[in-house]
Amino acid sequence: MANVVLKDIIKRFGSVQVIHGIDVSIADGEFIVIVGPSGCGKSTLLRMVAGLETVSSGDIFIGDEAVKDKEPMERDIAMVFQNYALYPHMSVRQNMAYGLKIAGVPKDEIRQKVDEAARLLELTLLLDRKPRQLSGGQRQRVAMGRALVREPKVFLFDEPLSNLDAKLRVQMRLEIKELQNKLGITSLYVTHDQVEAMTMADRMIVMNEGVAEQIGTPLDVYEMPRTLFAAQFIGSPAMNIFDARVEKGQVRLGKIALGKTKCKTGAVKLGIRPEHFIPAKQGKLKVKLKIAEPLGANTLIYGEVADTNLPIVISLAGVHQIDGNNDIMGFSVDKAHIHLFDAPSGKRLAD
Amino acid sequence: MEKRVTFRGWLLPILLIAPQIVISLIFFFYPAAQAVWQSLFIPDPFGLSARFVGLGNFEFLLSDPFYRASFFTTALFSILVTAFAMVPALFLAVLADRLIKGSSVYRTMLIWPYAVAPAIAGVLWLFMFNTRVGLASWYLGQFGYDWNHVLNGGEAMGLVVLASAWGRISYNFLFFFAALQAVPRSVIEAAAIDGAHFWRRFFTIVLPLISPTTFFLLVVNVVYAFFETFGIIHTITAGGPQQSTTILVYKVFADGFVGQDLGSSSAQSVILLFVVGLLTVIQFKYIEKRVHY
Ligand SMILES: Nc1ncnc2c1ncn2[C@@H]1O[C@H](COP(=O)(O)OP(=O)(O)OP(=O)(O)O)[C@@H](O)[C@H]1O
Ligand SMILES: [Mg+2]
Repeated sequence: MANVVLKDIIKRFGSVQVIHGIDVSIADGEFIVIVGPSGCGKSTLLRMVAGLETVSSGDIFIGDEAVKDKEPMERDIAMVFQNYALYPHMSVRQNMAYGLKIAGVPKDEIRQKVDEAARLLELTLLLDRKPRQLSGGQRQRVAMGRALVREPKVFLFDEPLSNLDAKLRVQMRLEIKELQNKLGITSLYVTHDQVEAMTMADRMIVMNEGVAEQIGTPLDVYEMPRTLFAAQFIGSPAMNIFDARVEKGQVRLGKIALGKTKCKTGAVKLGIRPEHFIPAKQGKLKVKLKIAEPLGANTLIYGEVADTNLPIVISLAGVHQIDGNNDIMGFSVDKAHIHLFDAPSGKRLAD
Repeated sequence: MEKRVTFRGWLLPILLIAPQIVISLIFFFYPAAQAVWQSLFIPDPFGLSARFVGLGNFEFLLSDPFYRASFFTTALFSILVTAFAMVPALFLAVLADRLIKGSSVYRTMLIWPYAVAPAIAGVLWLFMFNTRVGLASWYLGQFGYDWNHVLNGGEAMGLVVLASAWGRISYNFLFFFAALQAVPRSVIEAAAIDGAHFWRRFFTIVLPLISPTTFFLLVVNVVYAFFETFGIIHTITAGGPQQSTTILVYKVFADGFVGQDLGSSSAQSVILLFVVGLLTVIQFKYIEKRVHY
């Protein structure tokens, strides 16, 4: 177990820079989720921590020890790959024992550790099978088992659940989180699934184009997104973003005044989450309703802000019907749920 | 998972495999049958009549010390050629696999030897090791080694092995290289994280994963050493000195076409047929079991 510190990490592939200076300090036992769209550099960052990719500049510390110039095997880490990367010619038991055998652990101890891990992951009956005789979920568990028998200082996960079906994904998500809680091993977990990020992370790193847009707890990111990107990436359905203006201390969306602000006059990006609209007869925000999608627990309503053609998504608890097309409905928004971002830079504006 | 095409009716499938069957019949079964038939006779020197001797040719062969020596020569030769053709090829492929950039140039250069016809390759090596004017033998002479494959059986064997294996290295290299490239990168990385250093990874992960290719090449190279090295042996040593490089196939030729003993030559062909059949069965039965597909 160990803390992990990344200091101003930069990565270039030839002349192309893909990671632009990431700083993060991870406490011992913390579960960090790195989340971001495809190609933003999540895997690259993780692979640098693993030692599979060189660091162009910056430093990595694991347990206060600089590891930048160390081989993967000297870093005392374990990694679960997206495609599991099991050794196809070895049985499940051999797969899990491989690292221990190399470390020179005595045979009885290997047997005991593998048995224990297998019990924990419910793989006991599969120990003599080859990877190709396993289902996707079982393979995933073997990959987990291979990582955890070694009791490393740090676990690294690169989208370990993305090859599983939705139901299994939810189940494995819980299992991984539970296991990590129990073992208390510092973990870095890469995913592009924001639900996984929200549910699993102690803290998350929201990445975009090689930059850490925000580092914080899931609720932090949800309630106080530091950037427009973080605001739109976290939360489902995504936050509504409108081009708005601040005039005379008032936030204005077209002609509608939505509340006071201390921000200075000018163009801003206004963000409101779909779930933060409150139906109100006298609400200032009039919405022309177009389509309703009942999801059971809630209903998604797609429409346009009246008198403009700005698209808007609203999520209401319970089941709602819209009868005629183009009904107009009034909504109000709590001032606390209004997010303002600087128009060109996308940075959050102080409220 | 098997992918099979199913045909309705029987005409089309028969037509599709007919060329292969016809070719096999004409060029394989017919000569083989004729060899079996001829091996039971001793023809007179002019080929005008033949005397039936049953298994006499075989009896004579198996008690002939030269023939038995040729068995041993063949075994030694095939093992050496296969080893010298495969081990360096694998080694070069591993190097090429590590160095991704520039590997296409490297690869192309390694393919050249394969493009040289066996007889030409033989002449090439013959020149280099010519006892009077050869470059290589001159250098060896500078180091105080008196190279003379014309008189020394061991040196003759070394030279034909070298000349035979050399051209195959590039062929084997290509297959090994492709196989290495097909080993998933993440599996190697997982092994690296598990603590395995390069050679450990090579022996415990890479080698088992490329074993289907290795097995295939083993079969192909043994067959090559048996049958396709004729041109090289013929140009470099002509089986000599004192039959020290006369492998079974060369002996079939030497006894049959040079010695004009067609009965014995046919009997040798038949024995060869059995040997190869046996080898193939052994290879598939016993080695394939240890191969991970
Ligand atoms: N070996 C490489 N050489 C050159 N560019 C690379 C290399 N590996 C990755 N990249 C580039 O670096 C960027 C980040 O890649 P990375 O694999 O880290 O993305 P990712 O966030 O993991 O995406 P995904 O969710 O699709 O896995 C991409 O633009 C990619 O093209
Ligand atoms: Mg990735």
